[in-house]
Amino acid sequence: MSADGVDLKKRRMLTAATSVVGAVGAGFVVYPFLAAWAPSEKAKAAGAPVEADISKLEPGQLMRVKWRGKPVWIVRRTEQNLKDLGAIGDRLADPASDMPQQPEYCKNEHRSIKPEYLVAIGICTHLGCSPTYRPDVAPADLGADWVGGFFCPCHGSRFDLSGRVYSGVPAPTNLEITKYTFLSDTTIRVGEDGGAA
Amino acid sequence: MSAMKNFVGWIDDRFPLTKVWNEHLAEYYAPKNFNFWYFMGSLAMLVLVNQILTGVWLAMSYKPDADLAFGSVEYIMRDVDWGWLIRYLHSTGASAFLIVIYLHMFRGLMYGSYRKPRELLWIIGVVIYLAMMATAFFGYLLPWGQMSFWGAQVIVNLFSAIPVIGPDLGVWIRGDYVISDATLNRFFALHFLLPFLLAALVFVHIVALHKVGSNNPDGIEIKKNKDENGIPKDGIPFHPYYSVKDIAGVAGFLFLFAAVVFFAPEMGGFFIEHPNFEPANPLKTPEHIAPVWYFTPFYAILRAVPSIAGSAFPGVAAMLLSIVVMFFLPWLDRSPVKSIRYKGVIFKASLAIFVVAFIMLGYLGTQPTTEGKTLLAQIGTVLYFAFFLLMPIYSKMDKTKPVPERVTK
Repeated sequence: MSADGVDLKKRRMLTAATSVVGAVGAGFVVYPFLAAWAPSEKAKAAGAPVEADISKLEPGQLMRVKWRGKPVWIVRRTEQNLKDLGAIGDRLADPASDMPQQPEYCKNEHRSIKPEYLVAIGICTHLGCSPTYRPDVAPADLGADWVGGFFCPCHGSRFDLSGRVYSGVPAPTNLEITKYTFLSDTTIRVGEDGGAA
Repeated sequence: MSAMKNFVGWIDDRFPLTKVWNEHLAEYYAPKNFNFWYFMGSLAMLVLVNQILTGVWLAMSYKPDADLAFGSVEYIMRDVDWGWLIRYLHSTGASAFLIVIYLHMFRGLMYGSYRKPRELLWIIGVVIYLAMMATAFFGYLLPWGQMSFWGAQVIVNLFSAIPVIGPDLGVWIRGDYVISDATLNRFFALHFLLPFLLAALVFVHIVALHKVGSNNPDGIEIKKNKDENGIPKDGIPFHPYYSVKDIAGVAGFLFLFAAVVFFAPEMGGFFIEHPNFEPANPLKTPEHIAPVWYFTPFYAILRAVPSIAGSAFPGVAAMLLSIVVMFFLPWLDRSPVKSIRYKGVIFKASLAIFVVAFIMLGYLGTQPTTEGKTLLAQIGTVLYFAFFLLMPIYSKMDKTKPVPERVTK
């Protein structure tokens, strides 16, 4: 084969064009492989947000819904409860919720969207037991200064009615608060906030 | 005899068998002054073969299913004939692999085996080390015990701590919102795949080694002194000299290895952690989560760096940097000599401090944090990075000794 009359410029262009098309094709082929690692439809369904009807929840009551295999508490706090929350700050480890245990819109004293309703994951941040709801004030076993909260029977961790951890107990951080949103005055959707971060 | 020769000749016409044999074994000239530290490379290959062989056999009885995995490991231990031995060879092999590799890397640090012209050889080695760590991490989830589960939880969360893309990246790695069956299944597939990539990388490592030639305890290039036949005067053929020497190393290694396999397979909770005898429970965190010993120095660095503005990312970044910095080692060392034998007191002291800091970090990584221990870990972290980052300065200041022309005894 003679090299006479070979258009090197054209040849280089064709080589480059072929390579680019090949690379783009390879790029397309990569996509399904990467996408296959995302949660499957089954996993997404199991991890989907759940809705809770809170119309029958009276002040002082707690209800549980299950989300992603974990208990989620919804507590309707009384006026007195909310007042007490402000008075015990000095006994708490993280009263201002500085640790990232909640969405930004729940970083307040009541750790909730509406002060009245607490929505928290009911798993102790120490070793994952589920604390008990103790709204009673000054019971014999929890001491005279107990203003209501959650008590973990496993290792004695204490949380207030905002899920804030007391200092000097085994649990290191406040209870986790997940994303949630009010669909209406009586319906809460847990696990999704419609991007209101 | 001539039938044999004919046969080899027949193959040589179709495949460069004799050529490859000569180039890489019978006529590969290695320095004659190799010492104890030069066992580690061949031992690492032995352990890799052990891991692949026992691993494939374990996979024949193991079930990568969140409901069945823990039980299938117990089934291997109790009901499969010799299953206990195959599993302990595999679990002990994992730790032995890392021990041998750490010694192999330390050898490189001592004798300057990362210096020109072996920069790429060193970089391929660091890539192998990273691939080993990934393989070990994937494998540790498979028994589906408490430490498997929570260790994986912690490590996957490292990726989740990366700003912006982190949370989605974590979900993508797990294939779920929590460590779950999907995670276990894919980690099993990856744990099976990676050792073969590792073997390929080892091949590339050796090709690079045989291109530049082996370093030696004197850090002298033996190729600079060749006889009239072009053979290095200080070189001896790898086979039979070092192939036979390595067999002695293998025998010594197997004494220790078998002692662990048969008498202390858990190694007091360092090779197999005690919480891993309890099945994974997503609702119950173990009292104290510690990675396996070979990850603990980096885990200690992770914990030593405080979180900034509620983000754990600085710690994660420091941990990643502690490994990434190794890639730059060939260009950080500005000493005129390679081997520690001819380096001065500053380098010797720096290396000693580095080793102490690394071991201290390794110990601290296994311990629960206290204020004092966190401070120690912070000191260790600073010393770790100082060894690398100050090297351009202290390796230049160092007073070196003259290097002889030929290798010494």
